[in-house]
Amino acid sequence: MKKNVFGIFGLLVAVFAVTAIADPNFLSAYNMQNTVKWSSLYGVMSIGVAFVIITGGIDLSIGSVVGLVAVVLSFFTKIQGLDPIVAIGLTLLMSVVIGLIHGLLITKAKLQPFVVTLCGLLIYRSLSRWLTDNQSLGPVPLEGDLGFENLEQILMLDFIFSGQIPIGDFFKLPTPALFLLVLALAGSIFLRKTIWGRYLYALGNNEEGARYSGIDTDRMKIIAYVLCSFFAGIAGILFAFELGSVQPAQTGEFYELFAIAAAVLGGCSLRGGEGSILGVIIAAAVIRIIFNSINMVGISTHLEFGILGLVILLGVIGDEMLKKKMAERQVAASEKLAAELSGKSKNKENLE
Amino acid sequence: MSDESGLLLEVRDLKKSFPGVLALKGVSLTLGKGEVISLIGENGAGKSTLMKILAGVQPADSGDYFIDGEKVDFKNVREAMDMGIALIHQELNLASNLDLASNIFLGREPGNKGFIDEQELHAEASRHLKRVGLNLPSDTIAGSLPIGKQQLVEIAKALSCNARVLIMDEPTSSLSQKETETLFEVVKGLRDEGISVIYISHRLGEVKELSDRVTVFRDGENAGDLAKDEINHDNMVRLMVGRELSEFYDRDIHQPGECVLKAVNVVSPTYPEIPVSIEVRAGEIVGIAGLVGAGRTELLQTFFGVTPSLGGELEVDGVSFSPCSPADAVHAGLALAPEDRKQHGLVLPMTVRENASLPSLERDQKIGFLDHSKEKEIADEAVEQMKIKTPSIEQAARFLSGGNQQKIVLGKWLAMNPKLLMLDEPTRGIDIGAKREIYKLMEKLAGKGIAILFVSSEMEEVLGMADRVYVMHEGRISGELQKNQMSEGSIMQLATGGSLAA
Repeated sequence: MKKNVFGIFGLLVAVFAVTAIADPNFLSAYNMQNTVKWSSLYGVMSIGVAFVIITGGIDLSIGSVVGLVAVVLSFFTKIQGLDPIVAIGLTLLMSVVIGLIHGLLITKAKLQPFVVTLCGLLIYRSLSRWLTDNQSLGPVPLEGDLGFENLEQILMLDFIFSGQIPIGDFFKLPTPALFLLVLALAGSIFLRKTIWGRYLYALGNNEEGARYSGIDTDRMKIIAYVLCSFFAGIAGILFAFELGSVQPAQTGEFYELFAIAAAVLGGCSLRGGEGSILGVIIAAAVIRIIFNSINMVGISTHLEFGILGLVILLGVIGDEMLKKKMAERQVAASEKLAAELSGKSKNKENLE
Repeated sequence: MSDESGLLLEVRDLKKSFPGVLALKGVSLTLGKGEVISLIGENGAGKSTLMKILAGVQPADSGDYFIDGEKVDFKNVREAMDMGIALIHQELNLASNLDLASNIFLGREPGNKGFIDEQELHAEASRHLKRVGLNLPSDTIAGSLPIGKQQLVEIAKALSCNARVLIMDEPTSSLSQKETETLFEVVKGLRDEGISVIYISHRLGEVKELSDRVTVFRDGENAGDLAKDEINHDNMVRLMVGRELSEFYDRDIHQPGECVLKAVNVVSPTYPEIPVSIEVRAGEIVGIAGLVGAGRTELLQTFFGVTPSLGGELEVDGVSFSPCSPADAVHAGLALAPEDRKQHGLVLPMTVRENASLPSLERDQKIGFLDHSKEKEIADEAVEQMKIKTPSIEQAARFLSGGNQQKIVLGKWLAMNPKLLMLDEPTRGIDIGAKREIYKLMEKLAGKGIAILFVSSEMEEVLGMADRVYVMHEGRISGELQKNQMSEGSIMQLATGGSLAA
């Protein structure tokens, strides 16, 4: 089941090299820090959707969950004056509940994931706007902000979620990268080393086959949706601190599409059963660098989505062709084996 | 256009392979005008593969195919139909929402410029319906007809394309006795009109009644032909099995132990008004026979928690048990090797190792983590015990032959030490070598005291393997036969809704 990540890694190197050659400023410490930071933020979100896509499902509500979490967090800390650590706990709990509702609707009410999460997308977005009367707000005090309670704690959390740790004299590591590292590692271990990860791959490939093997497939699917929303929740908190100011109508908008694009480009099949965390986070980085590159090289930003679309399309076509080649090779090998085996049994019969 | 031999259809030395299997190792077949021949053989003998090649569904790898003495090479079904070869599929292909006339002329509607000439359509359709003895209005909706009549509509459809050869793949597998008789009348009538028929069936009684000649396949090769006066049950079985029956189905009768599965008035959701009661004891091999659609698969699925029972009581080893999912059933010590192993039995893209260990992962886990060495052990054991032919345990299951896939399914359940092993059509689509190994395994497991319950449509398999058989008809158990009462006649009698005459 091991998925080849060389292809996507090659793409990363290529995009990186082309951009660096086109504009040496790309390699500046400041730009690198930015690239690492944004790749990490999108990466965290994309890990979540990978679980769902591996089961053969989809989650379109990620962007709205990111937005709602960022809004609610800011609402709790700024308007309600809640202890920020409690606020973070509550918002994460909210994201878990959202995932649980998605999972239950999909498995028990047998609704289609597309429909359930599309409705989620609409509902959570409008909740964000309604809750704040569509006014922007943030979890951290901006200039001129008065009356923030728990200021000390908030500043500490601000450092944890969107700080920078100096490494050497020039480079400062953005803390979201540490989140990505830990979460990606945990996600990979979950998928590759635990029985539940194996169950997700199995049911993504053949849900009925997995069920007939005694696996509680409904429970596993619910877990996947919970994980997806939970990762979106963590991303929402990271984004809230990073942005400082959350726009209820815009924060997180279209992020689900970036996450899904990263998952697909990173080797997940929307048919389910395939994909790895490493592939997905590399793809998330590729997408960020492409955007960065479009900016730096001076291509019209109106073209950025078009270019991204083309890159993903080419990547997926290449992947499909590679897979076909490999399948052909395996078929040839097994045919050879069959011929050998039947040849052998012939000989045996002749001897008899 | 007829050549000197007078043969309408002939194939010589046809070969066909699929990944992991040589399905046809060079078979030959001839068919004269107005001749009804039967093609028989065990599951996996290559009958259906040959029929698909004849009808242009798939090409052969090598070999010659002649019609009217001229070599043909069909690229698709349409080309075969143009030459008058029509395949009536085992599963019917009518659009159930359309009326009969539309079905018969689907894709060939009379009319012009995209407009259908309704009058012509219905007139022509009625003519063809009459030829197969259906006096129904041609605007009857296809889905409203019972399955036997739908089959006749399929034949009418073939006739409307001027079919000269009708290939019928197990046409009676879901028909009642009466519907079968009607079908035979129609086939005989068509033969008298000069239409040739290739008839495939597992029902040797039907074959004897209908055929002018019988061709027998075994393991992808010709095993022999029988002329009209040579057609009898023993000759057919001898050629199909290739040895004495007793040697192939090597059974020791074990003294059955305690009752392992006891079902009292269990109700499967497919037949919500029919309670079913059966018992299987330790060390016993119990068969469930019946026509396709009699509710046999559904019954096993209810026991296995796939479709939970609507009522009644189930007991496993004397403990009450009500499975709501296969997971519950597995925990209670049940195992099911399902009929559709590609959909239900295996996760095809996964490896032999991953498939073989799938049910036991939970048991062998180390606080949630996979136990890789244990997993490998289970896979190696399955490969060795079941003699699975695979380059390695890391080969994806999809690249193995049907027989080897079925062995993986059995291997994964053996690792769970089940109390009751249920098998649904255990040897469908499997070559003869693998088949014998599966029978041997069933025997061995019964010897160890495992209770075995299997569903089979293959008469010889039921007669050869079962210690006792339940026969089902339209959802109910129409009878139970002990070993000494079992015969093709008694089983068919019960399976088609009759009762046992004293």
